Amino acid sequence: MAQTKLVKCTINGEYTETMVDVRASLTDMLRNDFRLTSVKKGCEVGECGACNVIIDGECYNSCIYLAVWADGKNIRTLESLLGPNGELSDIQQAFIDEAAVQCGFCTPGFIMTAVEILESGRRYTRDELKKLLSGHLCRCTGYENIINAVEKTMNKRLSEREGE
Amino acid sequence: MGIIGQSVTRVDAPDKVTGRAKYTDDLADKSALIAKVLHSTIAHGYVKSIDTSEAERIKGVVKIVTCFDVPDIPFPTAGHPWSTDVHHQDIADRLLLNRHVRYYGDDVAAVVARDEVSAMQAIRAIKVEYEELPFVLDPIEAMRDGAPQIHEGFDHNILAHTSYEDGNYAEAVKEPGLIVIDKWYDTPTVQHCHIENHICYAYEEAGKINVVSSTQIPHIVRRIVGQALGRDWGSVRIVKPYIGGGFGNKQDALYEPLCAYLSTVLGGRLVKLDMSREETFASNRVRHAIRYHIVSHVRADGTFVAGKLEAYSNQGAYASHGHSICAKGAGAFRQLYRYRGACKGDAYTVYTNIAAGGAMRGYGIPQMMFALESHVDDIARRLNIPPLRLRQMNLMEVGYKDNFSKNENYFDSFNQCIKKGMEYIDYDRKLEEFSHDTGDIRRGIGMAVFWYNTAVWPISLESSSCRMVLNQDGSVQLQLAETEIGQGADTAFSQMAAEELGIPLKKVHIISAQDTDVTPFGTGAYASRQTYVGGFAVQQTARIMKERILSYAHELTRMTVHNLDIEDGYIININNSRRLMSLAELATTALYSLEHSRHITAESTYQVKSNAYSFGCSFAEVEVDIPLCKVKLVNMINVHDCGRLINPALAVAQVHGGMSMAIGYGLSEQLLYDKKTGRPLNNNLLDYKLSTTMDHPHLEAQFVENYEPTSAYGTKALGEPPATSGAPAIRNAVLNATGVEIDTAPLTPHVLFERFREEGLI
Repeated sequence: MAQTKLVKCTINGEYTETMVDVRASLTDMLRNDFRLTSVKKGCEVGECGACNVIIDGECYNSCIYLAVWADGKNIRTLESLLGPNGELSDIQQAFIDEAAVQCGFCTPGFIMTAVEILESGRRYTRDELKKLLSGHLCRCTGYENIINAVEKTMNKRLSEREGE
Repeated sequence: MGIIGQSVTRVDAPDKVTGRAKYTDDLADKSALIAKVLHSTIAHGYVKSIDTSEAERIKGVVKIVTCFDVPDIPFPTAGHPWSTDVHHQDIADRLLLNRHVRYYGDDVAAVVARDEVSAMQAIRAIKVEYEELPFVLDPIEAMRDGAPQIHEGFDHNILAHTSYEDGNYAEAVKEPGLIVIDKWYDTPTVQHCHIENHICYAYEEAGKINVVSSTQIPHIVRRIVGQALGRDWGSVRIVKPYIGGGFGNKQDALYEPLCAYLSTVLGGRLVKLDMSREETFASNRVRHAIRYHIVSHVRADGTFVAGKLEAYSNQGAYASHGHSICAKGAGAFRQLYRYRGACKGDAYTVYTNIAAGGAMRGYGIPQMMFALESHVDDIARRLNIPPLRLRQMNLMEVGYKDNFSKNENYFDSFNQCIKKGMEYIDYDRKLEEFSHDTGDIRRGIGMAVFWYNTAVWPISLESSSCRMVLNQDGSVQLQLAETEIGQGADTAFSQMAAEELGIPLKKVHIISAQDTDVTPFGTGAYASRQTYVGGFAVQQTARIMKERILSYAHELTRMTVHNLDIEDGYIININNSRRLMSLAELATTALYSLEHSRHITAESTYQVKSNAYSFGCSFAEVEVDIPLCKVKLVNMINVHDCGRLINPALAVAQVHGGMSMAIGYGLSEQLLYDKKTGRPLNNNLLDYKLSTTMDHPHLEAQFVENYEPTSAYGTKALGEPPATSGAPAIRNAVLNATGVEIDTAPLTPHVLFERFREEGLI
């Protein structure tokens, strides 16, 4: 009989308690127990970045993060980005506007890394952005428009902040 | 001012940026039983026995099926339209599970369990006893006398051999003074690496086996599942939701037949079969590695006189798409350049003991372009003629017509594309400037052109069906069998329908998913066909729909249909542009009218009997670190003439992705096999070097828009061509930088080290 353990954590702003198989990955827990299906499985060994989520403010490949480690943590997935009335966040809109989405399978992971980058409040050069995004694989876009979407959103947020 | 030609945002993007878009695994019920496949650990041999006793005792295991249990029904897997002519049918050389295993990773047994862990434990507990046979990994070795026989009935393992001779080669080479360039070129085995691995699930319901699958070709997979299971095709239903890329790997029946079979032996219970990344590399499809021998006889002034091609394509263990791929490249060889005297080709596709070669973006053309465009630069170098001038002297002429496909080179696309590329990359200046580089780091600039065509006519059927349904609010449901696989097909079709019907884009609701029970027939995403072929179906169906709408408008307005039109969602009188009523008003009245109720719909099939050339080029600029044997790509542009652009922003995005694939093909990607065991050595995304953000310079995509005269909307192939000319452009830039001809892709440091040593550079 598989061992299970109670995991108490906050997921997308909501406190949750769930019993998980001690062998389960965080990807499995988020997808299967909470049906947060934006968390994608592309390799399950931390190579492709499709399962990326933010844990306590930092990005992790959730496929190589045990579900039991999530105990006490604050986890955010793509599903958390919509505004109170379901409106898209600026980075989601930028992915649409810049044609940075094709098959869409790598998109949630990329957007969550973009969120981490944007929330740092720092200005990065294009080369720095490329390095920060390099943990994600995409076969459709050649990354060009993804980098554009992140860079433009960063510039917009920073200029809005300076304008305040 | 139409909607076609505008860079509207993708219709599927809001769902994809919010996580609402559902892919196969997102739709599978949590109750699904989990299937796992046991793959062979030898490259060639027979399964003598399988002991499942220990595996069966593992808690959670529901069923184990081995190669001794499955029906003996060989089936084909290629995602081609079926041919009713037995001679044109794909080779049926697969079984659901195999006693005769033909590559390391072949399918031997399958476990179905309540959860993944139990399934994997059971896979590891199964004991297989093999009788090992010698194996062969290389197509030329596989053709030798005494090579291991991989399939019965294929002499020297040759799946197919085709040849042609335009003119008389033996005579043409006798012209005095010809210079002979005789070279071999090698291309690698690579994999598609769509980020969503292939996955499917199956269950029985209403007398049917239902399969939800990550596929590009639902209607074709339906036929193949029927064939493999020996069932009536109508008793198979395939559903295709959003998929996480395909690139040709999913233009094949992969594990749908096995998954469907497993459900049928479990009373129709829900069974899910999800490939791991390692299995995707080892046991799906790969791009054929093709080895080329090209001999050109040319005059000192650069005129091509006689050319000879030999192509040896590594088919791997099963036929899949087979010879079509090698043959397509060989066909391009005889057309792209004008060998005035004669052009001769021999193309072989040969079984070996590696993973089966299948369709992959470009379908034989990335291979052929690497060899041929490298060869043209090699000729230029020997003759001391600028490579661009040599191309312009010998490329296909405007007005050329292929008598088989009836394709015609209507425009001066090559020169127009080359001109744009040269201007963007500042070709002439850099060519001159880089020629002075002498140090450890040398810069180079290179280019390559490509040949492509659109869709598969006349080799195979080309037809597409479309259905439109008018809703009460004046919006239209649009349904096609052509699939959205990330390229933006749903958006392009929506734009066409909106423009043709005269309604705003937001009033078009495309049904993205295909369900073979309800989706009209069509063959799916491959051959860069959908925008071209589907365009005819959308246009024809929209015109039928419009006629029906206007005929109902005639009843309501008493005006002749000839004075009526639809504009921006309103019925108008064309003589004074007056809006007579909204389409919503008309649709509601039509549906609920007590006098004459009508549900306005249209459906039609268009069979396409044309094809269209799609041409263009790549330019690349590199810095080569000679002591480190490393190539840095610093600038790249692709220029395409794919006719009129339906959606320029999405066209650019499509080109970016193809360029990215070409960069990997040229510089880093190769699936390696252990020569001692036949085992794949790097079947994971850590050791297989897929390009990342760090490996790309800015990718520039530009277009020449010559309206394609055979096309419904002036468009032609763009899906695959972007992946075809980038690798040889990079290779030619390295040649320009170093003077060293590298004839093996990818240009890894290992290859460069050997060659630089041979040439005395290091």
